[in-house]
Amino acid sequence: MTFINYATREINCKIVYYGPGLGGKTSNLQYIYNKTAPESKGKMISLATEADRTLFFDFLPLDLGSIRGFTTRFHLYTVPGQVFYDASRKLILKGVDGVVFVADSQEERMEANVESIRNLEENLREHGFELSTMPYALQFNKRDLPNVVAVEEMYRFLNYKREPTFEAVATTGLGVFDTLKAVAKQVLIELRKR
Amino acid sequence: MPSPELVLYQEEFQRLDTALKKLRQDANARAIFLIDRTGQQIAAAGEIEQFDTTSLASLTAGNVAATDGLAKLIGEREFSVLFHEGQRDHIHISIVAKRAILLVIFDERSSLGLVRLRVKRASQEMELIFEEMLRKGEKSVGPVVPASPFAEITDEDIDALFSE
Repeated sequence: MTFINYATREINCKIVYYGPGLGGKTSNLQYIYNKTAPESKGKMISLATEADRTLFFDFLPLDLGSIRGFTTRFHLYTVPGQVFYDASRKLILKGVDGVVFVADSQEERMEANVESIRNLEENLREHGFELSTMPYALQFNKRDLPNVVAVEEMYRFLNYKREPTFEAVATTGLGVFDTLKAVAKQVLIELRKR
Repeated sequence: MPSPELVLYQEEFQRLDTALKKLRQDANARAIFLIDRTGQQIAAAGEIEQFDTTSLASLTAGNVAATDGLAKLIGEREFSVLFHEGQRDHIHISIVAKRAILLVIFDERSSLGLVRLRVKRASQEMELIFEEMLRKGEKSVGPVVPASPFAEITDEDIDALFSE
């Protein structure tokens, strides 16, 4: 749910990074955090286990600059990818404006990718959203690993509605900002429609 | 259904701001934050420069969401008040008008009883303001309210955001 504050001339949008466990959602946020000028970002919060697995969410507030005199602020969240954290994932989707799906390109994770997209669809529906109309971008992460599935095949398996799709290596930053831009753009275009 | 978009105009912002300032004084609190359930800060009063307000808002919303989840699991509709007790500072969290979260940070200069009492009173006033906000939001579907400043965003405007 976009929050437009006319008093402070701010517009706040929420983007959620979704995907299977260990797929690189947190790495996406970490890279964005590292590469953003200090004045454009807030603190990155990671609610993680001792082993650095996301427990509840990561959170990164980002200022993209102003549009028509309104400061455009994006709140980026990740969900915990591990299957048994489904209750937490549902909570984080509350009020979402756009979703990035971070798919793991490794062959052995294809099933987990498919299952996670299905889970995303279900959980969005519980909040009254449809993935088919939601601003959405797809990322094939970990393209630098040896055992990756061909891009065309992943596209066939995972692309939902011809959403913008990017190859990425989140740890080095390849594709990270392209993915974010693609979803942010759709969120802003949605605003125009309202 | 997803909740409707929240639009805050100057007038309601001023009224909320005044209500928060009054509550902060009445409850003798360090700081007070009004936060949307999705984690966006709506207004704040008191020693706010002492805190990382964006993080505070997001974590509070996460906290409330997790507690809501717990309530449903045991068959409660919600836990309308949360209280975190620290050594020096304490946090009182409550739900206002079903869609906003009121966060009060206080120390030994106040007490839980006083905060609870004042929050209750202030909540009623804020509920009225929220009702007004929602009414205005619904009206904005019609032609009466000024058009959204985003109705005329161009592709160039959007591209400009990303050109660094």
